[in-house]
Amino acid sequence: MSSDQSFSPQATDEFLQALLASDRFAVRRIITRFADLSGPFSVIEQMIVPSLEEIGHAWDSGEISLAQVYMSGRICEEMVDTLLPPASNQRINQPPIAIAVLDDYHMLGKRMIASALRASGYEIHDYGRVDVDRLIKHVINDKIAILLISVLMLPSALEVIQIRQRLDRVGLRPQIIVGGAPFRFDAQLWQEVGADAMGRSAIDAVTIVAKLLEDLS
Amino acid sequence: MSMPATSSLQRVLTTLSHQEPDRVPLFLLLTMHGARELNLSIKEYFSHAEHMVAGQLRMAEKYRNDCFYAFSYAAVEVEAWGGEVIFRDDGPPNAGEPFIRKAEQILSLEVPTITDIPALRRMLETISQLHAHNQGQRPIIAVVMAPFSLPVMQMGFEGYLDLMYERPDLLQRLLEINTEFCVAWANAQLAAGATAICYFNPLASTTMVTPAMFRQFDVPFSQQVCRRVNGPIAMHFASGRCLPLMDDLAELGVAVVGVSIDEDLRTLKRAASGKFSLLGNLNGIAMRNWNPSQAEAEVKAAIAAAGPGGGFILSDNHGEIPFQVPDETLLAISASVQEWGGYPLQWATQEP
Repeated sequence: MSSDQSFSPQATDEFLQALLASDRFAVRRIITRFADLSGPFSVIEQMIVPSLEEIGHAWDSGEISLAQVYMSGRICEEMVDTLLPPASNQRINQPPIAIAVLDDYHMLGKRMIASALRASGYEIHDYGRVDVDRLIKHVINDKIAILLISVLMLPSALEVIQIRQRLDRVGLRPQIIVGGAPFRFDAQLWQEVGADAMGRSAIDAVTIVAKLLEDLS
Repeated sequence: MSMPATSSLQRVLTTLSHQEPDRVPLFLLLTMHGARELNLSIKEYFSHAEHMVAGQLRMAEKYRNDCFYAFSYAAVEVEAWGGEVIFRDDGPPNAGEPFIRKAEQILSLEVPTITDIPALRRMLETISQLHAHNQGQRPIIAVVMAPFSLPVMQMGFEGYLDLMYERPDLLQRLLEINTEFCVAWANAQLAAGATAICYFNPLASTTMVTPAMFRQFDVPFSQQVCRRVNGPIAMHFASGRCLPLMDDLAELGVAVVGVSIDEDLRTLKRAASGKFSLLGNLNGIAMRNWNPSQAEAEVKAAIAAAGPGGGFILSDNHGEIPFQVPDETLLAISASVQEWGGYPLQWATQEP
């Protein structure tokens, strides 16, 4: 099998079902089998990323639960770390990307996005829980090109306005991607706060990051 | 001879018995807006029972609200377990860093004694004072967190999901002690004068866990809560989906279910009909930007979908209206219920 050859629908479906059942052993078995045949990148691009995309859409339409999305992302992240260790020179070479949770100890959304990005081969700065001041400092120091911000509460979502204004004042214009419950329940809110995009699911973030990186290159 | 006016409590009891009262009851689930009414910071407002009582009394009259909402903030239960609460000026106080940092800590957790916790005593005092003012006119709705949902604040969502998948022994122990606390806290509020318990259970939603996980991890404990709490229970999913769980909810015996804008209200009503009433489902986040005509359209749409036949209380879909929603919007919602909520809802049968 060559590296650009697609996997059979049966194989990808088997992989998807193993992920939804949180069956680590089955996931590992399938990945090992196909990585040996076609190389790690094919497995990531043609099996892991499309499966996570399908899982993201299924959650968005209410077909599956957040717990399944979380476990799928975590398992895929572990598998990709095995296929491409974090220091691997085969990881995607990209401008600096960062992720943070604004003013909240609910970290699951950020964790899921970080997993999906890492499972797709990206390296990211993870700032954890931050307030506006700390986030601005990090973004300036690390010269961040793409900033992902996860929030749970409406007041935190509205703080993105300040972040955009303060970064504008120092002449920085990273692409800001926002996500979290307030943005899901008000489809215009991301524009109101000055973000460049909004992700409805973890894999949405991966698609948006890929598109923004393409635009930046 | 004029007929005596229907009280809010009669209105609500009629709809809960799946009959049509004089109009659709309105539950504006307002917490922080009371601080604005009294010109206090949110922290000051929640620091005294007298403030919360004054706020609820004012808002009930101003918005012709059909309930008193005896709820401060969800993280009050974190305080009960010794956790940190973080206040802010523009939103609800939030739980601080999870106080269960290692799963093994669950083994040494003990059920808090309600009367030992100042924040819980304050809520009991609030309920007691509202009860004294109320004279049986409005239902007083008190709040507890479900044993299955509380761990998100106790140990963080990620740690909790890991526990579900990897440590069933510790999960069982945590849910058991949370159940003891939940039952005691609910019954203390009922004893203080609350009419019903809003049982917040966002994690049980199919947005969060699979129906199989709900049945395995939540139902055994929610069954205990429903059996041991001395009053009616409204299960609220706080914006989460619940349509695949309707039969389970009927079996649990809840009186009311709080439903989400993410699901079709007509479909939910059909599934709930005769089993339990629905509470919902105005979008609290979008509400911030509604003008009066949008507010009217949203109220009409919800009433047309779920109002006919009773069994419906109009409310927001999260169980807490954001502080950023202006008073004008709340007044527009209230006026629209007065305008369009009167039974029989002949106009609603002509709506698509």
